[in-house]
Amino acid sequence: MHQHTRIEEQIDLPFLESLRISFQSLKIRFGRSIITTAGITLGIAFLVSVWTNNEIDLALQESGRSSTIANLEETSEQGISTKDIWLIIMSLIVCVVGIANSMLMAVTERFREIGTMKCLGALDGFVVRLFLLESGFQGFAGALIGALIGTLGAVALGLKNYGLDLFFYFPLLPATPEDAPMRIGVLLLILFGCILGMLLAVIGSSFPAWRAAKLPPAEAMRTEV
Amino acid sequence: MPDIVVKTEDVVKEYRMGSNVLRALDGINIEIERGEYISLMGPSGSGKSTLFNMIGALDRPTEGQVYIDGQNMSNLSQRQIAAFRCHRVGYIFQSYNLLNVRTAHGNVTLPMIFAGIPDKQRNEKAEKLLDKVGLGDRMYHLPDELSGGQRQRVAIARALANDPSIILADEPTANLDTITGREIIDLIKQLNIEQGVTVISATHDLKMLDVSDRIVDIRDGLVERIRNRDEIEIEIGEVGGHE
Ligand SMILES: Nc1ncnc2c1ncn2[C@@H]1O[C@H](COP(=O)(O)OP(=O)(O)OP(=O)(O)O)[C@@H](O)[C@H]1O
Ligand SMILES: [Mg+2]
Repeated sequence: MHQHTRIEEQIDLPFLESLRISFQSLKIRFGRSIITTAGITLGIAFLVSVWTNNEIDLALQESGRSSTIANLEETSEQGISTKDIWLIIMSLIVCVVGIANSMLMAVTERFREIGTMKCLGALDGFVVRLFLLESGFQGFAGALIGALIGTLGAVALGLKNYGLDLFFYFPLLPATPEDAPMRIGVLLLILFGCILGMLLAVIGSSFPAWRAAKLPPAEAMRTEV
Repeated sequence: MPDIVVKTEDVVKEYRMGSNVLRALDGINIEIERGEYISLMGPSGSGKSTLFNMIGALDRPTEGQVYIDGQNMSNLSQRQIAAFRCHRVGYIFQSYNLLNVRTAHGNVTLPMIFAGIPDKQRNEKAEKLLDKVGLGDRMYHLPDELSGGQRQRVAIARALANDPSIILADEPTANLDTITGREIIDLIKQLNIEQGVTVISATHDLKMLDVSDRIVDIRDGLVERIRNRDEIEIEIGEVGGHE
């Protein structure tokens, strides 16, 4: 037994071990993970659909096929109109707040788990890394699904408005001229949605996880949700 | 010369809530010898859990020092404190504090994962420990699928994972019925005798009295008195007489 020996330093866990633990945790809490992930999906779907919808409108207006469309605006700038930029910014804010909120909830209800892991010898850094990994997976999966749903939604609306013409003028790639504000094309938009969702999820969970990991275990374990 | 495992020196803990300061511990001095079974007793709110947290390095004292194995805990780095929790102490809580996402077996292996023990070795040890606490047939169940007594057994097996020299138990029987509580106490006592592990347990449970070597009575954040085994036995007689 450890008789009067010097207290050693705690070791870091191998990355694979952390990966395994985070996967197990996601798997067993599947139901709850799905709900958190759905929060991310919704936010990104909303943002991507609003944005894609705008790009589609502009692309079709330029093609001259859209004279029948109502709420046609003078889009002399060849970019997304100020009103629509506002709409996109609003949806971006909704998306940020929504994701931050679901991640915060997901971490808060696990304060006791964090305290317990620290009792068993977890380093603060391990706790943060665990949440980083878990939220990274959730963020990427949720955002990818969200971006696809959002795109499909915008395509469905485009089909209704423009019929099959949509596919001839579909804004898959960034618009020319290249300085047309915010017309980055659907492919880049999906990519942007995925990265944004993942980033927001990771930041949204690792910040509260870091704060919880810093707490003395006694306090973390006291927290009841 | 007695072999002192735990020593506290004028330990004070204050909790701040807004402008109020609550003095939960008001200068605690105790010495605990290796291999002892110590019970911390006292009314609700007297500071037992707070002291438990100080001894287990789960929180820092506001003033005073805690020495474990002669080491001043306030001089340890973050990494040393994590290693201390991992190797030296096994914690048992009233509400079990198992990780619900891990099976009984997964809970017992976790401290060994943190200790860097290889896969095969830790799996075998977890099986051995779960067998020992009588859960050989429940190893791969999630905590939700176990009874209170079974969960506490998992917690005990987990506490033993890295062969700690101290077991800290905060009201380990408070959520259990009398018979199950008795079984848990007997199990902890058995470890105390067989493995020489020091047991420090906060409790209200009078069943703990007759396994304790000493009882520390805490009141209002102070040590009111310390009773030895022989004094206790007389009182157990009285308690028994009232039943
Ligand atoms: N984190 C905290 N913040 C504020 N006050 C606290 C905190 N923890 C404990 N206290 C207070 O400190 C005092 C001692 O609490 P403690 O939990 O140590 O009592 P206890 O003896 O374990 O009681 P019980 O038998 O009910 O478990 C109580 O008055 C309690 O309200
Ligand atoms: Mg208590």
